[in-house]
Amino acid sequence: MRQRAAVVEVRALRKTFGAVQAVKDISFEIRAGEIFGVLGPNGSGKTTMLRMLCGLLLPTSGSATVASIDVAARPDQVKARIGYMSQRFGLYADLTTEENLRFYGGLYGLDHDLAERLAWARERMRLEDVMDRLVAPLSGGQKQRVALACATLHRPPVVFLDEPTAGVDPGARRLFWHIIRSLAADGTTTIVTTHYMDEAERFDRLAFLSRGHLTAVGTPAEVRAAFGQGLTLEDIFVQLQEQNG
Amino acid sequence: MNPARLRSIFVKEFIQMRRDRGTLSLLLGVPVMQLLLFGFAIRQDVRNLPTVVFDASRSQQSRTLVQQFEATDNFRVRGAVPSYDAAIAAINAGRARAAIVIPEDYARDLKRGRPTQVQVLVDATDPTASQSAIGAAMLVGQRANVERITASLGRDPGAPPLDIRVRPLYNPALQSVLFIVPGIIGMILSNILIVITAMAVVREREHGTLEQLIVTPLTRSEIMLGKIAPYVLVGLVQISAVLLVGHFAFQVPIRGSLLLIYLTALLFIVANLGLGLFISTLARNQAQAMQVSFFFLLPNVLLSGFMFPREAMPEAARWIGLALPLTYFLQVIRGIVLKGVDLVELWPQTVALVGFALLFFTFATLRFNKQLE
Repeated sequence: MRQRAAVVEVRALRKTFGAVQAVKDISFEIRAGEIFGVLGPNGSGKTTMLRMLCGLLLPTSGSATVASIDVAARPDQVKARIGYMSQRFGLYADLTTEENLRFYGGLYGLDHDLAERLAWARERMRLEDVMDRLVAPLSGGQKQRVALACATLHRPPVVFLDEPTAGVDPGARRLFWHIIRSLAADGTTTIVTTHYMDEAERFDRLAFLSRGHLTAVGTPAEVRAAFGQGLTLEDIFVQLQEQNG
Repeated sequence: MNPARLRSIFVKEFIQMRRDRGTLSLLLGVPVMQLLLFGFAIRQDVRNLPTVVFDASRSQQSRTLVQQFEATDNFRVRGAVPSYDAAIAAINAGRARAAIVIPEDYARDLKRGRPTQVQVLVDATDPTASQSAIGAAMLVGQRANVERITASLGRDPGAPPLDIRVRPLYNPALQSVLFIVPGIIGMILSNILIVITAMAVVREREHGTLEQLIVTPLTRSEIMLGKIAPYVLVGLVQISAVLLVGHFAFQVPIRGSLLLIYLTALLFIVANLGLGLFISTLARNQAQAMQVSFFFLLPNVLLSGFMFPREAMPEAARWIGLALPLTYFLQVIRGIVLKGVDLVELWPQTVALVGFALLFFTFATLRFNKQLE
């Protein structure tokens, strides 16, 4: 994996809001096809960092490139090359699955290949039974897969998932990770923020954020080793949270 | 501006509009319903006031007088009462809104050429309703006087020395529906559009879809235009519905240019959508958006001149009215529809509308953009 090209490069990234330093000189790289976890308690700077990488927030200093686009210089181009799935899914409940997909497909400029991509989403995201149904009554797991389909329909090289598995039952969660794994196999880079520590073991690599600092980055095994023998990722998370509080 | 992206939002917005039965009936049903209500039920020219008669004279003359009252259409005699107190009681109980009291000596005094008094009691708790009854009662008296004087002269006095003739322009029959129909266009456009836009934007924020839209390649102005343009269309459909029903069901003339009606309406629509967008930035949820909208809607109904003449308002209320786009639009639309005037006469109001549109929209855009940060 080490030899693959970096898709996300973060160099001394910093963001300050007035006197508050939300993100303090963070640097790391994410390689193509990686499933990369960003972990940290609330207020650790996770969301701020994510927003900078999505082109929503300009960094105060430092730089970040996503899919070889400088997020500070060309935030609008970044938006076209990433997919973003929020905790709240961002679906229109009064539209059907297919209408949601067509809507987001249209926003990302899909046109002649829309039909092909709809077929892809239907099969890959297991949406066979829900394409013509309104989103409102779907289960949490189904909504989650519809949202993922909306975020990946335009073949983005990088996908951001913000707290993706909140409120989803274990069976649906397993299916979801299975799909993410298959996207990664196709070369999609996935960046996930979460505070479900039992999911952290699924990441290829992960970064721990605490009070705006990057406290550890590496494979789950490397991170555990860095914090001391016998600690689980959950122990580490709780430790960081206590330091924060 | 990317046309394909805008089309996607429009399509989505119309699908949502179609699915939301409540809002759809609000958008299309309310304008027509208001028009029918105002046209058929609510008449400011009050007729057929239920009336009781206390006729102590019981004479041919007194019966003629009562008939003359009835002939005005303002009074509908419901029955006789045996005393003055009974007449008062009937009005107090709400069985009658007016009473005609004719004294015992009425016929005798008339014969002898002595002055006599007839009393008309009018329930003036509702000033508008009582006003026309009072006017009509005076007229009955004057007419009777002229007839008697003519008769006593024994000859035709010829033309009266002074003859004041009032010619009501533009609305010769003084029908309030003619006045109200153009007003309804203004009311509907402002009230419904303000609420609907505010709700539509707040709903996106509440459901987290606005958050999703800003990470797509949509630009801020595309989001705004995409949310708002469909409602411009809705507004134009509403005007057309009101104009059609008004014209064919209530014979409202459309004397001025239709093109001018739509152009000035467009300005007014943009101003209101700007206000709706602004309200959406103040409200955190749909219930709040509704409440904040009503804060703006009430002055529209009361102070714009839609129902109550601005000339009769205290100065402070008139000033507030000047800050409402509806005040200007009503003058414009009534001018075009009823008087057939064009932009030459209406330019000050039109300039005011342009000003409001620019002001509201700029302000709303700035706030909206800041909120998306």
